[in-house]
Amino acid sequence: MPVPILKQRDYLIASIQAALNDEDLKRLREALVAQVGEFRSRGVIVDITALDVMDSFAARTLRDLAHMTRLRGAETVIVGIQPEVAFAMVQLGLTLEGVAAALDLEEGLSYLDRKTRQGVRGVSR
Amino acid sequence: MGDHIRTLAEETVVPIRVDSDIVAARQHGRALASRVGFSPGEATLIATAISELSRNIVHYATYGEIIVAAVENGARRGVVVVARDKGPGIADVRRATAGGYSTSGGLGLGLAGVRRLMDEFDIVSDLGIGTTVTATKWKL
Repeated sequence: MPVPILKQRDYLIASIQAALNDEDLKRLREALVAQVGEFRSRGVIVDITALDVMDSFAARTLRDLAHMTRLRGAETVIVGIQPEVAFAMVQLGLTLEGVAAALDLEEGLSYLDRKTRQGVRGVSR
Repeated sequence: MGDHIRTLAEETVVPIRVDSDIVAARQHGRALASRVGFSPGEATLIATAISELSRNIVHYATYGEIIVAAVENGARRGVVVVARDKGPGIADVRRATAGGYSTSGGLGLGLAGVRRLMDEFDIVSDLGIGTTVTATKWKL
């Protein structure tokens, strides 16, 4: 099942709607990495509220996605990790090392706003 | 498993061959866990364990099956997950379940993580014959 990707201002927003298999996750990673260039996006939000399970493959793919988009000049933030998914991740020993997370879409947007504003200030100095 | 632990009639066998089977297996597991009376949070733990176990089958053995069944022990009810394959087997089971160990470039967290997610964990692996993991979670 393909994940819809919306473009809003300088950001891309991918909302996972259902359980994803490995191929779906890889396709999402490739699509976001490509679209960051296509739309010159500064930030990416991946909303995983509806993701049923975060296992080692999903965690690794999301981490790779975040690192790859960063290399293309866009920050990624993962939003919507449910309490039980967070608990299972900790039990499984999964860390989203080096990946930003925020509570929900709103918090994710304000995280990216802060992040990209900082970036602009950094350049002008 | 002790003699007093009884497997209830409800049992689902999910063949595991390709990565979309992983999703099917964990969805069956979650549905069964909910019917047994586990909370959504506990059902997520069981579904996550099934996801890791079936992933091992796809990556290492290419074919196998996941069996999920309701079990009871006196008044206690639970869910047992059996992951069975006829793959290459695991050379060093102790190391494979200790964490930080992997031979396919994975995270090496799979089996150790499954052990932490579930209440009981047992693994039998013979080189060239296959691997069977049995993991049970009991409802509190």
